Amino acid sequence: MAATGQVKDLTATMGWARGGRSSLRSTNLIRIGLLLGMGIGWEALSRSGLLFRDVVPSLFSIWAAIWKLVMNPAFYANLQVTAWEIFASLAIGGGLGVAVGIILGANRFLGAAYEPYVYYLAPTPRIIFFPVMIMWFGVGVASKIALGALSCFFTVALSTAGGMREIDKVLIRVGRSFRATPWQMAMKIYLPAMRVPVLNGIRLGFGTATVTALLAETKLSNQGLGFMIMQIYSRFDMPSLYGLLIIVFILAGVGNLILGKATGTSA
Amino acid sequence: MASPSFSQSRAFPILLGASTFIGAFVALEVLLRYGVVNKYVVPLPSQVLMSLERIVVEENIVGRMRDTAWEMFVSCIAVIVLGVPMGALLYRWQPLRRALLDWVAALAAAPLVLAFPLFLVIFGRSATTVIVMSVITGLAPIVIKTTEGLLGVRSVLINVGRSLKMTDAQMLRMILLPAALPVIFSGIRLSWTFVLISVVGIEFLINLGGLGQLINDLAERYDLPGTYGAIGFVILVSVIFFMLLERVESWLRPAR
Repeated sequence: MAATGQVKDLTATMGWARGGRSSLRSTNLIRIGLLLGMGIGWEALSRSGLLFRDVVPSLFSIWAAIWKLVMNPAFYANLQVTAWEIFASLAIGGGLGVAVGIILGANRFLGAAYEPYVYYLAPTPRIIFFPVMIMWFGVGVASKIALGALSCFFTVALSTAGGMREIDKVLIRVGRSFRATPWQMAMKIYLPAMRVPVLNGIRLGFGTATVTALLAETKLSNQGLGFMIMQIYSRFDMPSLYGLLIIVFILAGVGNLILGKATGTSA
Repeated sequence: MASPSFSQSRAFPILLGASTFIGAFVALEVLLRYGVVNKYVVPLPSQVLMSLERIVVEENIVGRMRDTAWEMFVSCIAVIVLGVPMGALLYRWQPLRRALLDWVAALAAAPLVLAFPLFLVIFGRSATTVIVMSVITGLAPIVIKTTEGLLGVRSVLINVGRSLKMTDAQMLRMILLPAALPVIFSGIRLSWTFVLISVVGIEFLINLGGLGQLINDLAERYDLPGTYGAIGFVILVSVIFFMLLERVESWLRPAR
């Protein structure tokens, strides 16, 4: 942005951005330095005996635990369950979200009538619906899928409705002037024009569905990565707990990155 | 009096939305009473409404709200106290910003709340766990928005500060922070929303404290109307909180 650029120039001259000639190299050096510093600090704290043993386990033991986990077939079985829950949540909640978003975005009247409900329900803590989902769908995978779907529905619906309203009116008029049928309008005008906001909504929905499904697994489940976390927690196996959390964060990050690439926006 | 323009007025869609909402509850009540929907899975909406009084009187809702409000208050203050200086730091040192801003953005998208078992081990099953988890969850948006807000301050304002030979601290306090306040507040709104979700969610997951535990307690007792009522109550609290934040944000917005 031009304004940002101006401020950057200005701050460089007035001392608010010391080291303004930073390059990619210095950025990477800072990152490596920070990582090394954190690693050394962590290891020193681990060996100092200042905290309870195992609360801050050695990095070597965490690495060993990660290796043990990725070599364990049970990890892949649980990963498969969680991946399926997230995929199904995204398919159901995302699909419904896109449909509802298109309706609310296309019709100003319906948008004014129902979108406030979607908008204000979106930031509520969805995990509290878990008891209801258990009553409706049982304690198995279905309740996690339902909760994940509920979580991502709001995000996708709001993003799609917003995207629908952002479509260039000229494009719509061009479609109408060619006497396009509603189906042609949807396939040739609306959907291509809404690709980015819809994919962005799905990307955000992926995040919320992942968190909600995993949290639901930690609460009541007998399979999945969330269940695995609670099992490790109950054994007080701290290196494995850290290791599994790192793996889950990496997997979530990779999923987010892939969807980000598809959207054309970085994470 | 219904006029032709009424259907085009702003009130009509609002009324339609509200009446659909009420109509859905009435339809559910009828379906439940005629046995179309299982009463052991979904309670009668009328029972849920009546349970609200019981929840307030018997379940110490005031005390529970106080617990949740306290955890919220500490977490919300902590995210500002930590997040705004961090954002200012990233603004001030460009190399640090380049190195860390992507990481902070990645943190905002990471399922950090999943680390709650770790904090249970470190801090025990206590309010500290709820607060620390919520602060970690809510920190990233405020850091990002503070940096964004400070970077977006108009150069004219900075020039004025320079012409008055302000020190860095004066510049930050008197020019940069006030000018960036609307953007910083949108970060605060996002952060506090994350904090609310996290506080209630962790209370529910670890069965401790205020409103989150109330839902868990009632569900474990298989008190269906109470569980639905408590969920409705938490939604109401969340919506009111979110609306208040929005109101403050829109109040700050024209000041830009």
